[in-house]
Amino acid sequence: MTMTKTLLPAAAAISFLAAALPAQADADHRAKAIAVIKRDFLPRGQASIDRLDEDGVQAVCNRTGNKPPADIAQRLEADQLAAVKFPADGKLLGDWKSGEKIAQSGRGFTWTDKPGLPVGGNCYNCHQIGPKETSFGTVGPSLFNFGKLRGNTPEMQQYVYSKIWNAKGFNLCSEMPRFGHVGALSEKQVMDLVALLLDPESPVNK
Amino acid sequence: MRKRIVVASCALALAGGAFAQAVDHKAAAEDFEKRRAEMEDANPAELFEMKGEELWNAKRGPKNVSLAESCDLGLGMGVVKAAYVQMPRHFADAGAVMDAERRIVWCMVEKQGFKFDDIAKKPFQAENDASAPDITSLVTYVAGQSRNMKIAVPLKDPKVREAYEIGKGIAAYRAGPYDFSCNTCHGADGKRIRMQNLPNINTPEGAMRGVQGWPGYRMTGGVMLTHQWRMKDCFRQQRFPEPKYASDAVTTLLTYMTGTANGQVYKGPGIKR
Repeated sequence: MTMTKTLLPAAAAISFLAAALPAQADADHRAKAIAVIKRDFLPRGQASIDRLDEDGVQAVCNRTGNKPPADIAQRLEADQLAAVKFPADGKLLGDWKSGEKIAQSGRGFTWTDKPGLPVGGNCYNCHQIGPKETSFGTVGPSLFNFGKLRGNTPEMQQYVYSKIWNAKGFNLCSEMPRFGHVGALSEKQVMDLVALLLDPESPVNK
Repeated sequence: MRKRIVVASCALALAGGAFAQAVDHKAAAEDFEKRRAEMEDANPAELFEMKGEELWNAKRGPKNVSLAESCDLGLGMGVVKAAYVQMPRHFADAGAVMDAERRIVWCMVEKQGFKFDDIAKKPFQAENDASAPDITSLVTYVAGQSRNMKIAVPLKDPKVREAYEIGKGIAAYRAGPYDFSCNTCHGADGKRIRMQNLPNINTPEGAMRGVQGWPGYRMTGGVMLTHQWRMKDCFRQQRFPEPKYASDAVTTLLTYMTGTANGQVYKGPGIKR
């Protein structure tokens, strides 16, 4: 899979940073680490070698210990957010039952996975979501009762859709993947996840 | 010893059956921990230690020499006692920092005359393989000779320190379709993926949890695997391409993790889920 992950190329992002970056003793070791990485990996299955290349967002996060200067973060976040693709008919709430299945699956994109789509949303790997699933991760916050606590307004739907599509639009160095942005999840799949979190009928909000 | 291995096989069969029926993941995790504790006295890894010891002492390869008479793991020719917990270290004869597995491979190639490409073609046991590669048994034997010893990676050596720092950089490097680095999962305390607890490899205790139990007998698939393999599988889950076998990418990462665990007690080859 060839991915156009961001609008800003890595080189531009780095030059952007140069002025703002404090002198770091780590820079030399990071450069060496990248050289080792570029030399010591081989493509396997769908895991092509270009996956080792940083895009702009990754380059900035890698060079700031995931704490970019606020002005740069804001500019790049806006850049990421502007690229979110919404469904043509404007409808953002899909089918929560399908959303639950997508949330359960952690498959996709490793060299042992079958190439191609669809892939899983990996959601339960990191988040508590529905009440029945007790095997959930804690890398991200609990999403149980998400809609019950926040309401199912059009603004909230747009926020959740955008966040799943590209979490870096809100927090540049978030740990969460950019599922829509990198083409992992389709518009329909993201809609189904929006429904899982916001639909009053979803068990998440019971 | 033989009797203990039979007991281990029975315990494994039991554990496997319990797994198939377990619906609740948490119960399964607890069940596994209990059975693993029961098996500590009859560790299947010992079988590989025994085989590794035979391989270490046997005259092998095109040059028909033994590793015992030709391989220096850093503490003198053929000395295996306490060698594992003091690697990775820098080896002047090879001009490189090497972890235990890489060093043994180097000896097999340089001293015994084996071809690197032949070893690297299939360095790890897969689920359907009848046996583990010789290199896995050798590493397990050497690791067993450091049982209950403190990790003591020689970080005062500037070359080892350099490898440590590069490994630290690799652990933090985010790339790939999901923007993952090692630290995405292993960079904070108290996190889980599903029910799996994630050690924070940037702390001495967390790094030790990453080192502990490798080489390990993996109950999933019943295979014996090394710490090198674990690094490779982390990169797979990170959605990265595959690290080359016995390369600096893996050695430096192991130097960072093991060096961070300095001072903690290594319990020897273990059992893994």
